[in-house]
Amino acid sequence: MSESLVEVRNLDLDYPTRRGVIRAVDKVSISINRGEILGLVGESGCGKSTFGRALLRLPPSPGEIVGGEIVFDGQDLMELDEESMRRLRGARISMVFQDPMTCLNPLQSINDHLMETIQAHQTNVSNKEARELAVSILNRLGIKPERLDDYPHQLSGGMRQRVMIGLALALNADLIIADEATTSLDVIVEAQFLDWLRELQQELNLTILLITHNIGVIAEVSDRVAVMYAAKMVELADAFSLFDKPLHPYTEGLLASVPNIELEEDTLEIMYGSPPNLLKPPRGCRFHPRCPHVMDVCREEEPPFREVNPGHWAACWLYE
Amino acid sequence: MTMTESDVRPGLLARFLRGRIWYGAEWWMTVIGGLIVLFITSMTIASFITPNLAPYNPEASVAGPFEPPSFQHIFGTDQLGRDIFSRIIYGAQIVLQVAFLSATTSLVVGVTVGLISGFVGGWADKAISLVMDSIYSFPGLILAIALAAMLGSGILNISIAIAVIYIPTFFRLVRGQVLSIKEELYVEAARSLGARGRTMLWRYIFPNVIPSIVVVFSMNVADAIITEAGLAFIGLGVDPSLPDWGYDIYRGRSELVGGRWWPVTFPGLAIALVALGFSMFGEGLSEILNPRLTES
Amino acid sequence: MKEHLIEVRGLKKWFPVQESFIERLVTAQNQFVRAVDGVDFEIKKGEVFGLAGESGSGKTTTGRLILRLVEPTEGKVFYGDQDLVQLSGEEMRKMRQHMQLIFQDPSASLNPRMKIGEAIGHSLEIFDVAHGKEKRERVLEMMEKVELRPASQFYDKYPHQVSGGQRQRIVLARALMLRPDFVVADEPIAMADVSVRATLLDLMIHLKEDFDLTYLFITHDLATAKYICDRIAIMYLGLICEMGELDRVYNNPLHPYTQALLAAVPIPDPHARRSTPLPKGEIPSPINPPSGCRFHPRCPYAESRCAAEVPAFRELVPGHHVACHFAEQFLE
Repeated sequence: MSESLVEVRNLDLDYPTRRGVIRAVDKVSISINRGEILGLVGESGCGKSTFGRALLRLPPSPGEIVGGEIVFDGQDLMELDEESMRRLRGARISMVFQDPMTCLNPLQSINDHLMETIQAHQTNVSNKEARELAVSILNRLGIKPERLDDYPHQLSGGMRQRVMIGLALALNADLIIADEATTSLDVIVEAQFLDWLRELQQELNLTILLITHNIGVIAEVSDRVAVMYAAKMVELADAFSLFDKPLHPYTEGLLASVPNIELEEDTLEIMYGSPPNLLKPPRGCRFHPRCPHVMDVCREEEPPFREVNPGHWAACWLYE
Repeated sequence: MTMTESDVRPGLLARFLRGRIWYGAEWWMTVIGGLIVLFITSMTIASFITPNLAPYNPEASVAGPFEPPSFQHIFGTDQLGRDIFSRIIYGAQIVLQVAFLSATTSLVVGVTVGLISGFVGGWADKAISLVMDSIYSFPGLILAIALAAMLGSGILNISIAIAVIYIPTFFRLVRGQVLSIKEELYVEAARSLGARGRTMLWRYIFPNVIPSIVVVFSMNVADAIITEAGLAFIGLGVDPSLPDWGYDIYRGRSELVGGRWWPVTFPGLAIALVALGFSMFGEGLSEILNPRLTES
Repeated sequence: MKEHLIEVRGLKKWFPVQESFIERLVTAQNQFVRAVDGVDFEIKKGEVFGLAGESGSGKTTTGRLILRLVEPTEGKVFYGDQDLVQLSGEEMRKMRQHMQLIFQDPSASLNPRMKIGEAIGHSLEIFDVAHGKEKRERVLEMMEKVELRPASQFYDKYPHQVSGGQRQRIVLARALMLRPDFVVADEPIAMADVSVRATLLDLMIHLKEDFDLTYLFITHDLATAKYICDRIAIMYLGLICEMGELDRVYNNPLHPYTQALLAAVPIPDPHARRSTPLPKGEIPSPINPPSGCRFHPRCPYAESRCAAEVPAFRELVPGHHVACHFAEQFLE
């Protein structure tokens, strides 16, 4: 049993919109273990990105966390004041986004970025030591030291994403949240990045929450995988159990509808319908209108999210 | 695929009634602006139809000169003993006629030329832009003075003089929008469907420019009101015998020294209020019609 | 009857690089982005021809060049016996009835202020085929075919009122309204959600049968291409490096770049985690492409010849073309 770094319990998050309040994250409970890559997968609008940002208590505006606990390293983040929270962001939890250009200052060189980050959080570091640290981080990123003085626009997309991870390394962040970090990369660069990330994670025992809609990416690097559907967590398991024997019909349908270049068949399973509107989610299980195994109880009552097999959680009446 | 109820977006009126047209505190601005616009427009139309809308004949001496505001003459009287309140009600006719006429003229000319110039591009576009930019770089009021002096008085002439200075506003707006909309994927889609140039311009580009035009139109009416008053103030008004806010201010200004503040203040307030109403309404409209700023 | 519906010969598009005035004074000659730098292929009637590559490979530009939405710098595009490049503007416009484009981003390719039904039926008006009630009926019929149901409810809606998957169906319906023979589909499912992609792909395959279509399917996703394409061409920096039957290319890729692309495709199965090494670096700038074989700086098999000599695009096995000096060694 590995020790958990983050423990989220019954997290609720609301978005007021002009047509009513949307609960974008609904009673989500999950733990992230130290030293694992937890893949969080779901379709657009399922709440996975919002969940990732909620961990920093920075939900996209005008969202608001309305209930639940986020216990990070023994500390309930919901009880911290704004100032302590600000110090925690970046220093202990780092976020990497889809488009690194929006997070890097175009007028600062890579060196400036790294030095500033190092010195902002470790005040007793001299310039020389900080520079040495920056060079050693760059080595880890697989970027040549002579590029230290380059500006963000001179780097390629893959390199920029590495620099973002590098900034997290410079801080010794305990948790890195990567939100669609590979989505804008081309397939070969994406694969390079994932290989590199996996190696780095194992070497430094990093804890990474990898949020993506790309199931191939999840399968490539995740230790455990969580699946979200319509603001709910529907399944959580280690990668092998989840891909080999998915319990929730949604996960099953999702996996079957993903193109797989390795398989011989040339037809895909089709999942009919589309995710529900969160202003008016269906009663009972939110997947029931699309579910091939729907039963009466599914239409009335919400299935509990529970541990069906050891380490394999699912929210489905089939297993009650 | 079936539709759910919530796929249907409520109409503008429904959203308006729910007070949810847009976020932020600007909604009251539109409402106040809209009320002013509605009030002044209906009052003007009413004064056209019913000659006795105002308490007194605006052009007749009904009391002694420079009577201060009282119950009989709530805004006081001017140097000829005419009721200022009645003059303001009738003066609105001229101001609004000129403002609407000039704004409409510049809209029609500016939008047409802007659409063509932006869509056709090339040297024609460069030449037209150069002309428009040179008009634009002229101080508006001075140009209007020159044109008004050249064309002479009368509603039409004054309107044309004012219209000319606002044509570049519409032109630049529309041309800029056309240039950016021309690059939109749906215009390329129209081309790949086999649409002709004029079809693309008329069905795909023009409808997407309309919201901005409406907004600028409202703002321009506000501007034209001030310009018309400015022209009348320096004696280039429509007709000195007709009630005109700007001309009344001009004649009342010398009386300020004698402590007679009412001949200047009330027409001035009327101009400020109406111009403010139209600009607030325009600002608000831009929030409603271009909700991209607030809607994710 | 001719076997090839589309024949592309030596097609090139060089975009001039926007330079500032001072740069133009300093550099002696104009710089160009060689988006498409001489490609040859043909598309058989009734097949799905895939065009795959990374961003910047020139695949999208190639699709636009064939439809002459971008004017080619050089080369010929035959539609049947007709060279499209030679047609006048008006002749080309009329030709567009027979060839249509499906865009990657359905939201951006629909006029936000045009009702869905009007958008789908607009081509009927443009070519004076049907108006008024008849147009409406034809549009409703087409909406049923692309499963926009209930059609009459969708007809008067605006694009922003429906879901992304439905928007892509609208774009499909619009493209098919005039019963074209040839459709260029530019990443048609890339923007859709995972669970919707399979549905759209399935729909495209059915429509192809129903309407007797020929597709040029442009994609960056080789896994998706497997489910729809009959033949595939792989592009790298404006050139085709390999082309052939999809099964052949996937089972026995002859170009090192194709091999790398196939190896990099993420597989939705943790048992199949990648072990093969990947090529280093990223796709270079198309302004100054590398000499010789454009892939040589990243190629694990590169030798001095690769930097010096441009490899010929040759038919190594019947129907399987490749541009690599050493392709023979990969032949199985």
